[in-house]
Amino acid sequence: MLIKTKILLYGAGIAALLTLTRCFYSDKQNEGERLYTQYCANCHMDDGSGLRNLIPPLAGADYLENHRDELACIIQHGQTGNIVVNGKNYNQGMPGFEHLSKGQITNILNYVQTNFGNNNPRFSIQEVEKQLFKCRHLLEQ
Amino acid sequence: MERNKLSTLFSALLLGLSALGWQACSQGNSETSDLPYLGERQLVQREVDGQQVTDTAYHRIPDFAFINQDSQVVTSLTVQDKVYVTDFFFTTCPTICPKMKSQMLRIYEAFEDDPRVMLLSHTIDPKHDTVAVLRDYADRLQVNSDKWHFVTGEKDSIYSIALQYMVSAMEDEEEPGGFVHSGAFVLVDQNRHVRGIYDGTDPAQVDRLIRDIPALLPKKKKKKDADKN
Repeated sequence: MLIKTKILLYGAGIAALLTLTRCFYSDKQNEGERLYTQYCANCHMDDGSGLRNLIPPLAGADYLENHRDELACIIQHGQTGNIVVNGKNYNQGMPGFEHLSKGQITNILNYVQTNFGNNNPRFSIQEVEKQLFKCRHLLEQ
Repeated sequence: MERNKLSTLFSALLLGLSALGWQACSQGNSETSDLPYLGERQLVQREVDGQQVTDTAYHRIPDFAFINQDSQVVTSLTVQDKVYVTDFFFTTCPTICPKMKSQMLRIYEAFEDDPRVMLLSHTIDPKHDTVAVLRDYADRLQVNSDKWHFVTGEKDSIYSIALQYMVSAMEDEEEPGGFVHSGAFVLVDQNRHVRGIYDGTDPAQVDRLIRDIPALLPKKKKKKDADKN
């Protein structure tokens, strides 16, 4: 009985330790992933594959490179009209998320730029700030 | 000695339990698993040879008529003798719809060559989702209209049939996109009885739905021969 209790205690201790370190370790790093799941994955899917010819993919999308300067504003204010991604036309409106901060947008962008097989340069918060400055007139009063 | 006895008993018990568990699991996966009849039941009295008999009438989807992406009328006759999966969505939905559609595509692909299975998606935003909009949507999903109907119709008829499928759908300006609706996939049998309701945004539940559909289909006689080869 004693041995069992000991094992149980050790087990609980290790589990607690793991949970704690996981929290500290992943909180910042995974903010991009968490926000992506919350705001983007419904349409672009968890793996960035999009949906047939309806919703463009983010995985391997040339749009991320060709339109790098517009990405922050697209996340903040959404997008309408036809766009071409990897040679295909897409015409489904994307909603904007005006309440997201520049830090949150930076984390989302960096998650997208470095996941789903993408290997694009990361964004700095200054770069995102500069982009958002250009579309600030779209912010609702 | 006492201890030995106890552990033998315990092992026996464990073995018995695992056997039970094993059986339960394999039954769950087999095609003969019985799916429940969902919804309210009614007791119907009728007379047989001068005696009162009580029958249980299962909840049944009433007759309906909508228009699909080809501008064709889709009615209860269209789904007659078919097993179908139905859902409620709208094309401009910024939340769960694309996920639902990507999951519905999995069902589409699983039963693409089986004419006994159909898919029926209702728009809950008929004002925006006209036949032309639904046509474009279905084209972009690259699906066949004989298999997967995207239908529109009178708003009231759509909302009231949603209730029959036990799915919530209504307008709400507070919600993103202006509508609130559940992501349910409803499995309906050949007699328009609801046999299952699944979360259409959860791949695991959709896996189960794909496994459940064959339980409603009449067994193919040739299957055994095909298995032999």
